[in-house]
Amino acid sequence: MYPDNVKYTKSHEWVRVADKMATIGITDYAQEELGDIVNIELVQPGSTLSAGGLLGSIDSVKAVSEIFSPVTGEVVEVNDELETAPELINEEPYGSGWLVIIKMDDPSEVDESMSSEEYERFIEPE
Amino acid sequence: MMREETLIYEISRPGRVGCALSDLDVPATEIRNELQEKYIRERLPLPEVSEPDVVRHFTRLSQRQFSIDTNFYPLGSCTMKYNPKVNERIAGSPGFAMLHPLQPEETCQGALALMYELERYLAEIAGMEAVTLQPAAGAQGELTGIMMIKAYHRSKGDDGRKVILVPDSAHGTNPATAARSGYQVRKVPSNARGTVDLDALRELVGPDVAGMMLTNPNTLGLFEEDVIEICETVHEAGGLMYCDGANMNAILGRSRPGDMGFDVMHFNLHKTFSTPHGGGGPGAGPVAAKEFLRPFLPVPVMDNIDQEYRLNYDIPLSIGRMHSFYGNFLVMVRAYAYIRSLGAQGMLEVSESAVLNANYLMAKLREVYHVPYDNLCMHEFVASAKEHKKRGVRAMDIAKRLLDFGFHAPTIYFPLIVEEALMIEPTETESKETLDAFIEAMIEIDRESKEAPEMVTNSPHETTVRRVDEATAARRLNLRCVGE
Repeated sequence: MYPDNVKYTKSHEWVRVADKMATIGITDYAQEELGDIVNIELVQPGSTLSAGGLLGSIDSVKAVSEIFSPVTGEVVEVNDELETAPELINEEPYGSGWLVIIKMDDPSEVDESMSSEEYERFIEPE
Repeated sequence: MMREETLIYEISRPGRVGCALSDLDVPATEIRNELQEKYIRERLPLPEVSEPDVVRHFTRLSQRQFSIDTNFYPLGSCTMKYNPKVNERIAGSPGFAMLHPLQPEETCQGALALMYELERYLAEIAGMEAVTLQPAAGAQGELTGIMMIKAYHRSKGDDGRKVILVPDSAHGTNPATAARSGYQVRKVPSNARGTVDLDALRELVGPDVAGMMLTNPNTLGLFEEDVIEICETVHEAGGLMYCDGANMNAILGRSRPGDMGFDVMHFNLHKTFSTPHGGGGPGAGPVAAKEFLRPFLPVPVMDNIDQEYRLNYDIPLSIGRMHSFYGNFLVMVRAYAYIRSLGAQGMLEVSESAVLNANYLMAKLREVYHVPYDNLCMHEFVASAKEHKKRGVRAMDIAKRLLDFGFHAPTIYFPLIVEEALMIEPTETESKETLDAFIEAMIEIDRESKEAPEMVTNSPHETTVRRVDEATAARRLNLRCVGE
């Protein structure tokens, strides 16, 4: 469940890079841990974020959790569909459940994120 | 077997009335002459039902209510202790129950004396000097305390403090309070023992810190053993210490937040002091503070001038009013009755039995449930269902299955730093037999999770309403119950 065409963060976001554009979502592990997601609040398109900055918050039946941006740049697109169908994050965390697209200032920032094998080891230390 | 209860609107019949009023003995007047047009509705869809319809409907609903009067309720962090009926009796005395909030002070000296004395008791229990009874709940108590901290810094001309420190194990209300008060929240990590990481705190504290909110014992049921050093560290940086008093039941009469170094705190009368959590009335979250914060208390404050009690509104630095009139008065009466009936010795026994009961449960349940922080606990402890999760049974399923055994579920998925958390707080009011029955149920559920996990994952089986679809209820929120 950890595709190798994306990179992973310790706070359980994934990032998929095409040129300067980074698509960001939360991992399958994160959605599984959160349980049924019932609401999501995301930053507005046009806002600028630095790496580690707050991207929004996810409200599940268990808890409210914050999502952080792995990269620095400008938010160019937000997944509006999640407003009425937050369950897409549970159903397709790497597909239709994506959260935002950020135009990166410095694409090399992504190099610091984990590969799929590294992430798998990170969440299953034993 | 209880059948499904219809909505009261579904038993409504046009024209049916509950009681017939006698004919008017004064001339009728046209409503449009009395009220502006915008306030007048053509249709007011209230249920039209007879008195027996109403009484039976609500009595049946009340019989389904899961409450501390019917069952054991080990809901962690909530202190669901039994509420002694003598409190109700005293709160129901006409002298208290029939008071009007606008009554002249000289006609309600007894009620004011009770408030004054309750303030003194709470001050003594807190180890602080100044008290307000106004806040209506713990979260509003937090807001009151943090507003007082803000007013204090401002009074010293210090507007540079923008941050409130909050441990990662804190109640969610702590960061919410700080944010609502205009502060940024800075999270303080826990160490391997489950308490505040003092070294990390030293890194995070600074001249931008207005204060720190800390619960002691914390939400893992662990006493913050470094509390004195924590308070000193924050004080040295010029910040103040706020104590979330939600877990006072563990230390009642034994240690005092004021002595630990806290500057301001709230109590939850509906937790520690046995007033109802709901149904029987609203909550109350009095705030106690050290003398230097007295000028910032909400108005009115209670004055006692030679046994004459007055409400004083002339407090120039006050943060203002936090509640209409004087707070939830009859809740104060119940807490006062509780304190007076227990006395100082009784309160010592409360905390002793609360801690003993929690440790008894933890010692027995540790054999089958993972307990991540298994040092001696205080009034509650946190178990984890992470081993059960590997069998496909989650904390949520265990919580639901407990209902079949006649027990309320523990708090689950909190605190957030424990995976599949089950937070269990028995309180002091339960007998060993009740605790043993709960332990047996938990062991049985553990056995089921190995041998017949679907018994657990499909539960509850015995309740009138089975597993509810919480996700859909939250996603497609529909609060409207009126049949059009």
